[in-house]
Amino acid sequence: MSENQDQTHAQGGLSKVPLSATPLKRKDFTSDQEVRWCPGCGDYAILSAVQGLLPELGIARENTVVISGIGCSSRFPYYLNSYGMHSIHGRALTIATGLAITRPDLAIMVITGDGDALSIGGNHLIHALRRNVNITILLFNNRIYGLTKGQFSPTSEVGKITKSSPAGSLDTPVNAVSLALGAEATFVARSIDADRAHLTSVLRAAFEHRGSSLVEIYQNCPIFNDGAWDALTAPDSEGVIRLEAGQPVLASGGRLGVVQASDGHLELAPVSEVGLEKVIVHDPTATDPTRAFALSRLTDSGLMRRSPIGIFRKVDRPCYDDLSREQIATAQGRVSPDLHGKTSQLQALLAGDDTWAVS
Amino acid sequence: MAEQVSRVVVRFAGDSGDGMQLTGGRFGTEAARQGNDIVTLPDFPAEIRAPQGSIAGVSSFQVHFADRDIVTPGEDLDVLVAMNPAALKVHLPSLRRGGILITDSSEFTKRNLTHAGYQTDPLTEGVLEASYQLVSLDLTSVTAEAVAPFGLKRKAVARTRNMFALGLVSWLYSRDMAPTRDWLQTRFAAQPEIRDANLAALEAGWNYGENTETFAVRYEVAPTTQAPGRYRQISGSRATALGLLAASVASGLPLFLGAYPITPASDLLHELGKRKAFGVQTFQAEDEIAAVGAALGASFGGALGVTTTSGPGLALKQEMINLAVMTELPLVVIDVQRAGPSTGMPTKNEQADLLQALWGRNGESPIPVIAPNSPADCFRAAFEACRIALTHRTPVIMLSDAYLANGSEPWMIPDATALPVIDPGFATLPNTEDGGFAPYRRDPLTLDRPWALPGTPDLQHRIGGLEKSDGMGAVSYDGNNHDTMVRLRADHIARIPVSDAVWDDPSGMAKLAVVGWGSTWGSITAAVRRVRELGLPIAQIHIRNLNPLPANLGALLRRADRVIVPEINLGQFATILRAKYLVDARSWSRIRGMPLTVSELTEYLLSEVEEVQHV
Repeated sequence: MSENQDQTHAQGGLSKVPLSATPLKRKDFTSDQEVRWCPGCGDYAILSAVQGLLPELGIARENTVVISGIGCSSRFPYYLNSYGMHSIHGRALTIATGLAITRPDLAIMVITGDGDALSIGGNHLIHALRRNVNITILLFNNRIYGLTKGQFSPTSEVGKITKSSPAGSLDTPVNAVSLALGAEATFVARSIDADRAHLTSVLRAAFEHRGSSLVEIYQNCPIFNDGAWDALTAPDSEGVIRLEAGQPVLASGGRLGVVQASDGHLELAPVSEVGLEKVIVHDPTATDPTRAFALSRLTDSGLMRRSPIGIFRKVDRPCYDDLSREQIATAQGRVSPDLHGKTSQLQALLAGDDTWAVS
Repeated sequence: MAEQVSRVVVRFAGDSGDGMQLTGGRFGTEAARQGNDIVTLPDFPAEIRAPQGSIAGVSSFQVHFADRDIVTPGEDLDVLVAMNPAALKVHLPSLRRGGILITDSSEFTKRNLTHAGYQTDPLTEGVLEASYQLVSLDLTSVTAEAVAPFGLKRKAVARTRNMFALGLVSWLYSRDMAPTRDWLQTRFAAQPEIRDANLAALEAGWNYGENTETFAVRYEVAPTTQAPGRYRQISGSRATALGLLAASVASGLPLFLGAYPITPASDLLHELGKRKAFGVQTFQAEDEIAAVGAALGASFGGALGVTTTSGPGLALKQEMINLAVMTELPLVVIDVQRAGPSTGMPTKNEQADLLQALWGRNGESPIPVIAPNSPADCFRAAFEACRIALTHRTPVIMLSDAYLANGSEPWMIPDATALPVIDPGFATLPNTEDGGFAPYRRDPLTLDRPWALPGTPDLQHRIGGLEKSDGMGAVSYDGNNHDTMVRLRADHIARIPVSDAVWDDPSGMAKLAVVGWGSTWGSITAAVRRVRELGLPIAQIHIRNLNPLPANLGALLRRADRVIVPEINLGQFATILRAKYLVDARSWSRIRGMPLTVSELTEYLLSEVEEVQHV
């Protein structure tokens, strides 16, 4: 790796985005559009968290872009006063990729859902993450297709009864965090719509990360899948396993801790029995993703009772768009000084190296 | 003393590994450098290395060169170089009676003969000599002898056979081999023994012609009269890439290419990948959809967004192209058509994506479509596609095809300083009374919408695939608004100015008009010339802009008593002409993965002309 590349990726995700000349407020990011999500939808809380966070980031409003796919969550761009595109099903990441490669001065957010990102757009998610394009992905996971009125989604539990699965769905659900880690993602986190403070802190870290940041947000759909996350959002919830850098990984108010079993996998054990020193200490910056992946497997795949929340992985790797621009700069640096400007360069190229004259 | 001939068609054919594409390409360059007009036609299998000596593995390159303006790669061969039995089997039917047949006898082994489906060796039956001038050489031995001093391995020696063949044919047509020598010097500068062996094989081929009495006569083809200027030889792929680059320079916008490898469009990705010094960013995407999505994202940010593909890829991209229709963003889509449906014949030619380009999307989805008519014309068509996309904020499809992409011809090098400026005219100021931005408040004359880039203060706005209200661009499900927007989108594209079609009829007496589009221009033009040479009147109309169509086309069609539409599909353009202009356009089609056959088309046109002129 060149010294130049080291410098580039040492910078944060917003380092090339111009700052706002004047301090901005929440209302500066509120659009004039009437919000049309169902009453009680978890999307409201996420929108509010983003509208609260963006002014704090200090970046210029006009350099903020939201790209979404299709689904309830993908209506998001209309409600944020920035540049935005509500695109087509599953393809938001492709559009964001082209934009990020050509416009380093933009803070690009992709809003997507479990159907949009993990089903129809699953291929693009894998490739955006492995390329490490500098974009922040908010994946709203409500474990259901809401906009099409309640079919099971790729994150629904096995056996889920819906209109399209009257005898129960047969699909094994996908774990978005495990998938992202398998796709070589450099920033992978999970939060919950109902936990505003946690969501804001995770989103801030995601924006500040240079590269593709995936934040899975457990989001409640009160109409078609109400209570999907109750085990994690109840005030006395014991299901949340908190991931905090440098801290032991604990759950159930500290009574349970995550320990490594003799065969290598991670499991929960009473701290009083195993001792706090056996509880693993979370390190999201570990280069090897094995531990992060093992943590991601602590999530229930059936009815959700327990799940780690926080930043699983945050490592530095050069991003695709920075490298692509470096290749351009390198090539431009090699252009012969005889060729002043693009027109002379073009003339030389039009002619090629094998010409003849007719007089 | 050499005999003067006016035009010659030579085809080099051999196994995929025999270097026939390179040999043909060099021979074409020699002809062009000598001032002949040339048209070339490569033909190669989809398989990279089919079993050696098999019919499936035959690769060929045809060169048509003349002392006058020519428009097709030619059909009846004057010379066929067949490096093995399979090449002979496939290509002998194209050799005219009395034509020259050069073969490598050492390749006519029992095994190769069986591979090619010969029961016996045709070289020893005495049949070929009856119809052709058969020159059967042990190319392997004579080449091996010539390159012996360079100590190459047996396989490397075999790879110089093509240069012997090139030297021999170059002698036959009194070519200047200096450009090929220079080329070999440069190409193999790093491998002196390979370079010297190839040079030696080339000279040996020439000397074989000179010193043996194999050929009774030698030929010359005089230079043609071309407009003064500096020329180069150019393929459609390269011309397309240069047209895109020129548009990037003329607009001042960086070129972004999103592409997924697909035959026969991949050369565009390769060619533009080398142009980083121009600021070109090429993105090899995970699939066709991501390729066009990234191009649209780049356009949204103010780059010149381009995606390149072939028919199957276009099918996958259509939903994203429709998003560009709805958002009214520039997007240039190059479809290098190939034979379909489905995977079809990936390396073979067809023009059957016309209706897919025009109407292959959901909803009312009008977009401009342009088709170049020759390899060099791809430059102008690609430039025009970019100009229309950028200035009118619309996706544009350019329908190239496998023949245009791989074929080549001489091209007068354009003056880069004389390229028309493309002004994207970005919006920088609010356009509503309250200081806001209405993304669909159109120019009243052109109906183009304003294009504001992310990063422009105070013009924040949202666009997307949902129907938008006229003017303000808010999401709207209102039926009357939708009707208005559907009509506005149609009217917007219909208003894009395109050049009038030309009724080409030197006689002024033609009653029959032959109408074509795209790459059939060469075949149709050649057939029309033959009809006229026989003293019969015929009009030719060739269409480059397939949407919107030229405003005068209806009037031109009604001027003819009979309209014939030759196409390499089952009459797609004929269907459009019939539907749009209520004329009795008659389709004539041949869908063989090759350009239309001039002799066959001529015969048909003659019978039709005779019928209408004598009514």
